[in-house]
Amino acid sequence: MSHALRFRPRGGASLWLGAALVGALIAAAAVSLVWTPYPPAAIDIPHRLAPPSAAHWFGTDNLGRDVASEILAGSRISILVGVVAVSIGLAFGVALGLLAAFAKGLTEDGIMKLSDFVFAFPALLTAIMLTSTLGPGVVNAIIAIGVYNVPVIAKLTRATANGVLSREYSLAARAAGRGPVAIAFDHVLPNIAPALIVQATIQFAIAILAEAALSYLGLGAQPPQTSWGKMLADAQNVLYNAPRLALYPGVAIALSVLGLNLLGDGLRDALDPKLKART
Amino acid sequence: MLAYAIQRILLFAATLLIASMIVFAVMNILPGDAAQTMLGPTATPEAVASLSHKLGLDQPAPIRYAHWIGGALRGDLGLSYAYGSPIGPLIASSLAVSAPLALMAMAFAAAVGLATGVYAADRRGRVGDAIVMGASQVGIAVPNFWLAILLVIVFAVTLRLVPAGGFPGWQEPARALGALILPAVALGAAQAAILTRVTRSALIEALNEDFMRTARAKGVSRRAALWRHALPNALTPILTIMGLQFANLIAGAIVVENVFVLPGLGRLMLQSISNRDTLVVENGVMLLALIVIGLNFIVDIACAAIDPRLRASAE
Repeated sequence: MSHALRFRPRGGASLWLGAALVGALIAAAAVSLVWTPYPPAAIDIPHRLAPPSAAHWFGTDNLGRDVASEILAGSRISILVGVVAVSIGLAFGVALGLLAAFAKGLTEDGIMKLSDFVFAFPALLTAIMLTSTLGPGVVNAIIAIGVYNVPVIAKLTRATANGVLSREYSLAARAAGRGPVAIAFDHVLPNIAPALIVQATIQFAIAILAEAALSYLGLGAQPPQTSWGKMLADAQNVLYNAPRLALYPGVAIALSVLGLNLLGDGLRDALDPKLKART
Repeated sequence: MLAYAIQRILLFAATLLIASMIVFAVMNILPGDAAQTMLGPTATPEAVASLSHKLGLDQPAPIRYAHWIGGALRGDLGLSYAYGSPIGPLIASSLAVSAPLALMAMAFAAAVGLATGVYAADRRGRVGDAIVMGASQVGIAVPNFWLAILLVIVFAVTLRLVPAGGFPGWQEPARALGALILPAVALGAAQAAILTRVTRSALIEALNEDFMRTARAKGVSRRAALWRHALPNALTPILTIMGLQFANLIAGAIVVENVFVLPGLGRLMLQSISNRDTLVVENGVMLLALIVIGLNFIVDIACAAIDPRLRASAE
C-alpha cells in the first residue's frame, strides 16, 4: 500500500462539522433499527395533526403517525439508497475508468463518450424511464441513481489513473514486467482512493437528494415504507392546517446533504492537498 | 473553426442517434409488455393482443424503432393512449410552460450565481467571501421541491400574496409570468449556489494568471481588470457548467412543477406514468434528451468561439 491514505490533520471546520452531521444521520438510522418512540407507520386518527408535545416531540401527521418516529425511520431509506447507489457507481465506474486508462485508444474514447452521454441524463430522467416500464419502488430508484453515478466515477477514475500511470513508479513497475492488474491494485487504486472517497461522499449527497425527489413524486419508497421525500408529499396535502409538517423532513434532508458535502470538502483537504482548489 | 464545428455537428448527430436507441430500448425491450401495462393485470389476452396490434407492438423492434423515428422526423409522434389525442400538440402545450420556467430559472441562477461569485472572488479570504461560500453550501443542500414548499408556505399560506399553485394560461401574460416566478426561484436557487462556487474558483484561477499582473502593471484599474480580463477568461468553465446545469434544471422542473401544479412537461410525464401511457413518456424523455444534448452542443460551440485554444486542439 502507498502512503496516500495516511491521514493528515487538515480538513478543518468543514471536516468536523460534516463528520458530526453524517454521524448524526448514521446514529439516527442505527437507533431507529432498535427503537423509535412509536412504530413509524402506526396510524392514530383520533390524534391526527397534534402539535409538538412531550408525548409527540414533533407532533403527529395527517394520519396521526408520530413525526419524530417517521424522521428517524426515514434516515434508513436515505442511507440505504445512498450506500447501494454509490456502490453501484464505484463498482462499475472504477472498472470502466481503469479499463479506459489502461486500454487507451478506441476503448478509452468509447468509454468516455458513453460516460459523457449517460452523464447528460440526470438521475431523475433515468428513474422516470425505469419506473414507467418497471413500476415505482426503491429498487428501481436505486438502479436509476446508481446508473447516474457510474459515468461520474468512471471519468474521475480515468483522469486520476492516467496521472498515476504516467508517474515513474508506474513506468518502473511496467518495465519490471508487472501486468496491468497488478499495477492497478498495487499502484493505481491506492493512489486514486482519496479522490474516489471524496467523490463518493458527494455522490452520496446527490443520491439522498434524488431519492427524496423520487419518493416525493411517488416513484420511490412505497407505503408502508417511510421516506423523507414521501413525508413532504404528505405534508403538502395539509399545508394550510399544519405547515410545520413540511419543515422536519426538509431540515433532515438538508442537514444530511450539507453534512455529506462538508465532509467531502473536508476529506479532500485532509486526504489530498493537491486536489484542494487553488485559492 | 469550421472543421471544429463540423466535427461537433457529426458528434451531435451520432449522440442523438444513440440516445434515441437507448430510450427506445429502455422503453420497449425491458421486461413488461406495454399493452399489458396499459390495460392492467385483469385484461384478457385477446384484449392485450388487439391493443398490441393497434399500437403496432406486434412488429419486430427494429421496424417499430424505424417507424417511431420516421414519424418523429415528419412531426408525427403518434397518439396518446390515455388522452386519445396526438402526442405532438400535448407535448407542445406542456413545453409552453416548462420552457419559460426553465429559462427563467436559468436566468435567475445566472444572475445570482455570477454576481455573488464575482463578489466572493473579489473579496476572497475575507468575511464577505466566507458568508457567500457558507450560504452557497446551504443552497446546494436544500432540495428544490422543499424550497418550493417553503416558498408556498411563506408567500401563499402566510402572506397570501400569490395563489399556492396553478397556471392561468398565456392568454393573461402578466399573471402567467407571475405564476412562474416562485417556481423559477425554487428551481434556480441550488443552481445559483453551484454557479457561485464555480464562478468564484474559475475567477480566482484567472486572477492568478500572468496577464492579470500585466494588466494591472499597465495601469488598468482593479475593477476593470476583473471585468475585462479575468471574467472573459473564466467564462469557459462557467459556460460548460451552465450547460450541464440546464439538464438538471429540466429534470428538476418535473418535481417543482408538481409542487406548484403547473401543466408542464414534468406533470405530463408523471401523469402519463400513472396512466401507463408509455408512448407519451417515451417521446417526453426523448425530447428532454434532445434538449440536453442540443444544449451541450451549443455550449461546445460557444466555448470554442470564446476560447481559440479549444478550436486549435481539435484542428
